[in-house]
Amino acid sequence: MTTAINVSRARARGLPGAGGPRPAPSRRRPALGRRVGRSVTGYAFLAGAILCFALFSWYPMIHEILLSFQHLNLVGQSEGWGGWRNYERMLNDPNFWTSVHVTLVFTGLALIFGYAVPFVIAVALNEFRHAKSYFRLLVYLPVMLPPVAGAFLWKNWFYAPDNTGLFNSVLHDLHLPISTWLQSPNNTFVILCMVIFSTWSNMGSGVLIYIAALQGIPGELYEAAELDGAGILKRVWHVTVPQTRLILSLMLLLQIVATMQTFTESLVLTGGANGTGTLVYLVYQDATNFNNFGGSAAIGTVLLLFLGLFSGAYLWLNRRGEE
Amino acid sequence: MSAFDVQTRTLISRTQLNRPVVRRIYWVVLVLAILLFAVVFLFPLFWVASSGLKSASEVLQSPPTLIPHHVNFSNYSTAWSDFNLGQFIFNTAYYAVGAVLLQLIFDVAAAYALSKLRPVLGNVVLALMLATLMIPATVLVIPNYLTAIDVPVLHWSLINSPLAIWLPSVANGFNIFLLKRFFDSIPEELMAAAAIDGAGPLRALWSIVLPMSRPILGVVSIFATVAVWKDVLWPLLVLTDPTKLTVNTGLLNLTGDGIPENILMASLAIASVPTIVFFLIFQRSIMSGLTAGSVKG
Repeated sequence: MTTAINVSRARARGLPGAGGPRPAPSRRRPALGRRVGRSVTGYAFLAGAILCFALFSWYPMIHEILLSFQHLNLVGQSEGWGGWRNYERMLNDPNFWTSVHVTLVFTGLALIFGYAVPFVIAVALNEFRHAKSYFRLLVYLPVMLPPVAGAFLWKNWFYAPDNTGLFNSVLHDLHLPISTWLQSPNNTFVILCMVIFSTWSNMGSGVLIYIAALQGIPGELYEAAELDGAGILKRVWHVTVPQTRLILSLMLLLQIVATMQTFTESLVLTGGANGTGTLVYLVYQDATNFNNFGGSAAIGTVLLLFLGLFSGAYLWLNRRGEE
Repeated sequence: MSAFDVQTRTLISRTQLNRPVVRRIYWVVLVLAILLFAVVFLFPLFWVASSGLKSASEVLQSPPTLIPHHVNFSNYSTAWSDFNLGQFIFNTAYYAVGAVLLQLIFDVAAAYALSKLRPVLGNVVLALMLATLMIPATVLVIPNYLTAIDVPVLHWSLINSPLAIWLPSVANGFNIFLLKRFFDSIPEELMAAAAIDGAGPLRALWSIVLPMSRPILGVVSIFATVAVWKDVLWPLLVLTDPTKLTVNTGLLNLTGDGIPENILMASLAIASVPTIVFFLIFQRSIMSGLTAGSVKG
């Protein structure tokens, strides 16, 4: 797309060799006039979007960083500069470290479950010659549920701590000890329960994207691997994985960026109790319940820089893949 | 076995699959997988619907019953009338329709300008818009919330106004990327021909670009609709009036009252109907849109 813009600029300057429908260099004035006219119309078309981007994307990025260095009152109004105060308070706040821990454990467990499981499922589904649309439709159903509805379903039924819950009824029928699931005192176990819900509700997109990628793998590669005597697992490792490497790394970055923003799981499943609130949940708590807008902005800034880095890597990789 | 033949070669070859033993294993695995998917993805939905039909005591029974002994449709009408679900569904649909329309108007106009009109510094504007793809909206909730409380310069409050949902939805770098890439593929000759025929930029957009862009407009509309139905954090902050809630924040509100389990399940079932129906209608476009616009989930 940059080349297109460069060509148009060269054309407007009347540079030779740039092609275009009006090569005559003598008609500079009308070209300039037309260009100004075009720009005015162009910006008229752009005005609405620029306004929205300015208000809700560009300005808030700068605003957030500025806010994190200010004293903010109970309703978020600035009462002057505060230096690194918000960051010092953030680092001394045990809630912050708890939520960092929760977010990292969540992201780590989600890498094992939420990342690997959809790929394995996609590779398996791609082998079926029947019922293809059935599988695709079903795996994507939870993605389309309102997230709060899905979370309540899991909290009140799958994970119900008494015998009425699905998991506990199954355990009970197998004569195994039942669990309190989300109310368990074991923090890591509770986060695992959150990750399992999150995987169930989100994996549809991953599975569908992987299946699309798998269908692009040339059949001859498998043919060749088979002639070389490679078994199924070896074929997966030497053909499937290398052939989908780009999409796998893109999904890895996307997954990290997404799980670092986990919020609904904390809000609905546990209400952040017993140290299960994520960073974004703390941002929300700080702003709404503790009226600590400065603290919110400081955490927001840290997330902004961190996720900006990851998404930047994602876009870079994505672009390289398109070339 | 025609189905085996059409398929291009994957991990397991056609010859292998046509061996009687392998074929038998294939069918067993296929049936097991079909059942497993039904249990994991379909059964929970059935469960919600069925629990919503049970009486207050039956829903808490252990072991749980699969099909209600007494069918209480009244739970659904109670959930609908007492908990404002209709209002929440209407609100969310209203926010979604507005978001789609505003995104179609402003983002299409912007992408068209960047692709075909190419104003001075257009590439800078484009780069700035695409740069926002690096910053997820979630990390900007605090400054955005403060903006919504008191919009700079204008000093409006967007709290409890649908504009609080609509305006931020326009600031979507991914839309600009998708639309501009699509418009770039429309031949320059067509635009030149339109200009020779005396069509202005608006006329060219309306009569040439838009009719050619139906698929991408569909993708953008679907993304916009789904985004509104799935958002939780932002509406939780900016829509606080109980009559303005979305499906998600409405459900959050209603469970605070300690409502009976069967009514809750009926409410969850009702709340899930619009998106499920939407999905069943547009499944083809939704699933192809997932992969068509590079990879963004």
